[in-house]
Amino acid sequence: MIKVNERIGVFICHCGLNIAGTVNVEKVAEEISKCKGVVHAEHYIFMCSDPGQEKVRQTIKEKKLDGVIVAACSPDLHEHTFRSAAASAGLNPYRVEIANIREWVAWPHEGKGEEATEKAIKIIDAAIEKLRDNMALLPVEVPVTKKVLVIGGGIAGIQAALDCADAGLDVYLVERGQSIGGKMAQLSETFPTLDCPQCIETPKMTAVAQHPKIHLYAYSEIEDVNGYVGNFKVKIKRKPTFVDWDKCTGCRECMKVCPVKVPSEYERGIADRKAIYISFPQAVPNKAVIDAENCIRMKYGKGCGLCAKNCPSKAITFEGNGSIEEVKVGAIIVATGFDVMGVNSFGEYGYGKYKDVLDALQFERLLAPAGPTSGKVLRPSDGREPKEVVFVQCVGSRDPDNWHPYCSKICCMYIAKQAMLYKHAVPDGQAYVFYIDIRADGKGYEEFVHRAMTEDGVIYLRGKVGKIVEEGDKLRVYGVDTLTGRNVVIDADLVVLATAVEPSKGIDDLARKLRIQLDQDGWLSEAHLKLRPLESLTSGIFIAGAAQYIKDITDTVSQASGAAAKAIALLSRDKLEKEPIVATVDEEVCVGCGNCVSICTYNAVELDPELKVARVNEGLCEGCGACAATCPSGAIQLINNTKKQIFEMITALTRRD
Amino acid sequence: MEIKVSLKKVKSPLVRKVTEISDEKIYSCYQCGKCSAGCPFADQMDLLPNQVIRFVQLGMEEVLDCKTIWVCSACFTCRVGCPKGIDIANLNEALRLLHLRRNQDHLKLGKLPREELLKLPQIALISSLRKYTA
Ligand SMILES: Cc1cc2nc3c(=O)[nH]c(=O)nc-3n(C[C@H](O)[C@H](O)[C@H](O)COP(=O)(O)OP(=O)(O)OC[C@H]3O[C@@H](n4cnc5c(N)ncnc54)[C@H](O)[C@@H]3O)c2cc1C
Ligand code: SF4
Ligand code: SF4
Ligand code: SF4
Ligand code: SF4
Repeated sequence: MIKVNERIGVFICHCGLNIAGTVNVEKVAEEISKCKGVVHAEHYIFMCSDPGQEKVRQTIKEKKLDGVIVAACSPDLHEHTFRSAAASAGLNPYRVEIANIREWVAWPHEGKGEEATEKAIKIIDAAIEKLRDNMALLPVEVPVTKKVLVIGGGIAGIQAALDCADAGLDVYLVERGQSIGGKMAQLSETFPTLDCPQCIETPKMTAVAQHPKIHLYAYSEIEDVNGYVGNFKVKIKRKPTFVDWDKCTGCRECMKVCPVKVPSEYERGIADRKAIYISFPQAVPNKAVIDAENCIRMKYGKGCGLCAKNCPSKAITFEGNGSIEEVKVGAIIVATGFDVMGVNSFGEYGYGKYKDVLDALQFERLLAPAGPTSGKVLRPSDGREPKEVVFVQCVGSRDPDNWHPYCSKICCMYIAKQAMLYKHAVPDGQAYVFYIDIRADGKGYEEFVHRAMTEDGVIYLRGKVGKIVEEGDKLRVYGVDTLTGRNVVIDADLVVLATAVEPSKGIDDLARKLRIQLDQDGWLSEAHLKLRPLESLTSGIFIAGAAQYIKDITDTVSQASGAAAKAIALLSRDKLEKEPIVATVDEEVCVGCGNCVSICTYNAVELDPELKVARVNEGLCEGCGACAATCPSGAIQLINNTKKQIFEMITALTRRD
Repeated sequence: MEIKVSLKKVKSPLVRKVTEISDEKIYSCYQCGKCSAGCPFADQMDLLPNQVIRFVQLGMEEVLDCKTIWVCSACFTCRVGCPKGIDIANLNEALRLLHLRRNQDHLKLGKLPREELLKLPQIALISSLRKYTA
């Protein structure tokens, strides 16, 4: 440990009246100036302002300070500011400590000036004790692999992959389905412009397929992730397709003869696919896969084989051709999207029981010109054209007591779109929308809803639906219009439910592999909701699209480009600097119990197989301190947060009582 | 007729008492109306169940004189559907209690015809006394 001569300067911030309104800053400065090693103590109205920072720099030079305490707001806000200021005056940034006297003192103890002042003194005193043993550190340098992994091939993943590849980075795009495209590929037309996905998304999908820098892993999943920012090692599992993709030309002859019919995921169950299938006409890659669970030949090991006989390219092998490949990347973008709540929920609405009660994604398929009905709106039960259609919003959303507390955000808009498109398909029909609030907060959105109401005569009823029952060939909808204060009954031919969205299935498993966090509802957690919405808390892993929280295409694409820009910026450097606050092991003391190895979420600790002592990988260590807390012998400690420092701080906090 | 909304009204004894008696979170209701949409007796009510809550939210004492609170049969359909977990039946019970506390019985036994009184099962009589009288 380096010898410190102890010339400490303490700078106390008023934060306007935020701190000084409660804490007697003058008294604090006076008391603190008496502490051992303190050669300077002053207070100032805004330490973070330019003149404030200049005071710090000046004093470091003039008084030859070897340590600085800034007593101000949370280190989250300005630790970086003051450390940089100190560094520019020649002081090692890790010789600067923040004492938080705003969030910890002034705010919670408003109106209790005397006690607050005493507490502020104690907290600063403790910070001084910590500072005494703080080592001057240099950032850890790590090399960088200039490649990116994008997980999820919806519009978010597609956009992020294209942006990164256009910037010259190699991109591995992993999609678990047969084709990329995501939900957007299932939509009829898109609000508010009514562009069809075939016109605006398909070209991007083709661009992915043709881009020399994009390596597409369709029908694949992430098996394992290791490493750290700049240096991730990823195992990608190609699921067995039982078709040789090098030979398959996408001619679809196989699908014509396959006798097995299964509800199509792409058509959301309102039409069938075969056991050998390509999800939809514009699929990328345009290659067939066999669904082994339903294929007769695969199930019984013999028989059928009609597809193979009909395949002009002899591509169908029925052989498990899956594989695991390892790739190295410097950054990861997670774009796994969302799911729409499915059947068997919402018993009161007969969802899953009555054929003519659909969810909105199913209705998209009914409206889609290339859908199973070629864009004709027909009832699933009897193929009749429905003349009265009821749309119900907020089904399972904004419902903390039964389902989800959050607003699904996109449904107000897509319901307006669907009601409008229904009117275009059935001009003499009538659409009704039950809503609680209308959320139309994007460019052109309010105008779009206005158009649905005025031009297409969609009737909006303000209230929820209580229940739906089948009456003959009608669906009797019992709702309310809270504006007239009357209950409403509508005999509808078709009902569309705007069911809530949820994070995509399997996201918890993927998050565990990536060591990133999910929020209480299962969406990907961002590093800071306001200021770092594109980053996860694990450096080098970025998040994009609906996986972070449901959003429409405009916002999804913006966020995807943003996440790509972050990844590109990160990988533009040849070396990365990392916080040097990492764990270190005293090998003399370590007994090799391995507690630290198992507690570390970042897999940063390993046992040396020969010496049986713990070794920390500085690149992986995030400095969380879990190992230090669990080590029975005190051998593993966090730099600048050692046991000694912590005990000195506790002593400082208690000695004035 | 306009409603005067003021701090005094929102912080009125009505809101406090209803909350105390029922322990329901009055202000978490966002007026979706699902309670009303499902209520089997809404036809017989002068205020829909969601309107009853609205009146309470705005501290409007006249809610104590509405028909709805007496029509409510505590079938709990509303409770089951409410996205915010509000037990409207329980709230109606609180409002009935507040009405009765003003010493205004809702049922006057003396006004019931004798034959009917004789025909009524005792248990029905006792429960209506409990529900309708102070
Ligand atoms: C009924 C309905 C109508 C809509 N209408 C419109 C509209 O008109 N206009 C509009 O702007 N928006 C609309 N939207 C919203 C739009 O669908 C979304 O904004 C968009 O799909 C979000 O894209 P995404 O890439 O983030 O997610 P997704 O589209 O969900 O794509 C995610 C992709 O990741 C893949 N994936 C998931 N998990 C994994 C994993 N573990 N490993 C590998 N791959 C994985 C999935 O297979 C999928 O391909 C609508 C949504 C719905 C439900
Ligand atoms: S440093 Fe923090 S406490 Fe001081 S003025 Fe700036 S924001 Fe306020
Ligand atoms: S018939 Fe053969 S080449 Fe054609 S799509 Fe099927 S597997 Fe591919
Ligand atoms: S977007 Fe609209 S319909 Fe969807 S949950 Fe939010 S308020 Fe309800
Ligand atoms: S169902 Fe619940 S939230 Fe909706 S109006 Fe009734 S009480 Fe309020």
